[in-house]
Amino acid sequence: MKPNLILHVVSKFLIPLIIIFALYVQFHGDFGPGGGFQAGVIFSAAIILYALVFGLDAAEEIIPSRLLRILASLGVVIYAGVGVVTLLLGGNYLDYSVLASTQIAGQHLGILLVELGVGISVAAVMLIIFFAFAGRGRE
Amino acid sequence: MIDIVVNITLLAFLAITSVAIVRMTNLFAIIMLFGIFSLLSAGLFVVMDAPDVAFTEAAVGAGISTVLMLATLALTKDHHEKSPLGHRPWLPLAVVGITGAALVYGTWDMPGFGDPDAPTQTHVARYYIENAVPETGVPNIVTAVLASYRGFDTLGEVAVVFTAGVAVLLLIGGKRSKTSTKVKHERGQDEA
Repeated sequence: MKPNLILHVVSKFLIPLIIIFALYVQFHGDFGPGGGFQAGVIFSAAIILYALVFGLDAAEEIIPSRLLRILASLGVVIYAGVGVVTLLLGGNYLDYSVLASTQIAGQHLGILLVELGVGISVAAVMLIIFFAFAGRGRE
Repeated sequence: MIDIVVNITLLAFLAITSVAIVRMTNLFAIIMLFGIFSLLSAGLFVVMDAPDVAFTEAAVGAGISTVLMLATLALTKDHHEKSPLGHRPWLPLAVVGITGAALVYGTWDMPGFGDPDAPTQTHVARYYIENAVPETGVPNIVTAVLASYRGFDTLGEVAVVFTAGVAVLLLIGGKRSKTSTKVKHERGQDEA
């Protein structure tokens, strides 16, 4: 693809904003609209925009596909792991109330961790799918 | 009042976009129109006070899936011959018309949008609205329901997303040379 100055400048300006918005949606999901799934897809959209403008190889240098596979599994492990931790602490599976001293604090912590797992997993899987499709045309 | 105007405008644009998609033959333009369709739907979701869904629709529908379809289009051969109509359009048109009329007839019995006495609102929704904040301390009830009350569902959803990623990796992810594919193909034929 021919380098396009306007695309480069505009996307360099936009990508950090998109990532910050994704993080905001991730960690502010308790209070505002959003959550792990939305944050994950917004984050992966930022990386996909980078890959579209600067090329697949540049994007794969930032996030190697090996790392993506680990992250995709890590998200599920975090989510399921929170459930196991609550089991070990004497509660039901995914009953976050036992995670901290009070029920509210426990629920808050549990929801935060679980949403984090969702976000990591979704972002990684979206990028895996994108790299799989886009990388195939390169061969 | 402004809501009605915005709704009618968005729905009219949705209808125009879908008619344009049906009538077009250029796949590239159709994919772009799909993206516009998703963006319009996202706007509708915002008007209906569902920003969570709107986020997802805008990011996935308008963004990622458009890019994925473009990538698929780049992989496939770019030929779209206009095939002559091999059938009369009247039968499909009648089927669609009757089905649509039945669906519209069905909506007459549905409760109004946001009606507090609607069956969906009277079951567990009331419990969530009354207890979500005191029990979880999370002001966004949607998040409380998704992550806490329905944690099992969401775990299943994450597993589905993860499985989709694994499936794509298994199908088209691996970078294998043409020769190894050929060998495997031949071996498969021998076994068959």
